[in-house]
Amino acid sequence: MSKKEWPLYEVFIRSKSGLSHRHAGSIHAADDQMALDHARDTYTRRSEGVSIWVVRSSQIVASDPAETAAFFEPAEDKIYRHPTFYEIPDGVENL
Amino acid sequence: MYTQGLDQQDKSPQKHDALDTQEQLDAFQKRVDEEEKIEAKDWMPEAYRRTLIRQISQHAHSEIIGMQPEGNWLTRAPSLKRKAILLAKIQDEAGHGLYLYGAGETLGVSRDQMVADLLSGKAKYSSIFNYPTLTWADIGAIGWLVDGAAIMNQIPLCRCSYGPYARAMVRICKEESFHQRQGFDILRVLCEGTAEQKAMAQDALDRWWWPSLMMFGPNDADSKHSAQSMAWKIKRFSNDELRQKFVDVTVQQAEFLGLKVPDDDLEFDEESGHYRYGDIDWQEFIEVIKGNGPCNKQRLAKRRKAHDDGEWVREAAQAYAEKQSSRRSAA
Repeated sequence: MSKKEWPLYEVFIRSKSGLSHRHAGSIHAADDQMALDHARDTYTRRSEGVSIWVVRSSQIVASDPAETAAFFEPAEDKIYRHPTFYEIPDGVENL
Repeated sequence: MYTQGLDQQDKSPQKHDALDTQEQLDAFQKRVDEEEKIEAKDWMPEAYRRTLIRQISQHAHSEIIGMQPEGNWLTRAPSLKRKAILLAKIQDEAGHGLYLYGAGETLGVSRDQMVADLLSGKAKYSSIFNYPTLTWADIGAIGWLVDGAAIMNQIPLCRCSYGPYARAMVRICKEESFHQRQGFDILRVLCEGTAEQKAMAQDALDRWWWPSLMMFGPNDADSKHSAQSMAWKIKRFSNDELRQKFVDVTVQQAEFLGLKVPDDDLEFDEESGHYRYGDIDWQEFIEVIKGNGPCNKQRLAKRRKAHDDGEWVREAAQAYAEKQSSRRSAA
């Protein structure tokens, strides 16, 4: 066993230009450049990507799943944000 | 490869299980029953976590150890084309191992710990990789039968209740199809060749058929530990159901190749629409799992040596990273 484990990185891949980067998985690497190389060899062996982001897993700030209900609660009672909330009178078009 | 981990008894300490309240367990089961996916940071029963760690790490180890029987033929592949294909397949196996270690790590166990458990012999891997690859036809048989059996097992795992495992399986299944077809292609070419080449293909089928059926694990009657995995929707079909599916599709492919499946009891049952097959030698299976298969010691020794030989590379990379980082902070 190596004395110290290589840090964990999360890998995000843009599959083609025009699309967002999307989480693919994680890899271990000693440094940032190695993280990119390992991400390429692990997640894009069949040309699945045109761009890769890697970020140390420890740098990601995430919402707490145990608090999901409370955290997202402010959006729950605002149904008027959705267009389907409004009634459209017969005869009105292109609205 | 690889749901054998779901059939083993849970022997680890249970002290944390008592902390899971019935209310939490019920809420969890409700989520699973409603086909909601469980994600890494969600609450989950300790036994669910332990079962998944064991299953996912065994699956990962199987991919890594599975590189060895095929690596045995890399330098002796019959053509440059076959060699390039085999190299790409073995690289995929390494990739599959890495996806799975990554999925395992989301459950709170480090990759180093999982690897340490493999090297110490504490963790298992699929029984199939303890058989030797004696001829080039064995490489065909591994792709066709072993990866074929793996696909049967792995496709339902794409719908596993644990999100990170299910996502890793989707990726893996896309790639396994290439593995199975290249194996069938190797055997097809041998079967269309000389009598000697065809005999080589038959010999490979003779040796790999039964161990491939064992990959699905014990008969349902003897697989008591998988009931919980079914309730948790980690496992979707029983061992015998998956084995039957495998036999049904594979026998027809063997007929196409003109090869004889080494089972005198094999016959098609018109009524059920399934092939009936003979009894599996479970004593052999138990011996291989216990470490007494033809290659168990060799496989583990080779993995340990590769790990030890790579130690200086890991150290050097770490030292370089530390040096670069201290230079940056000094600047």
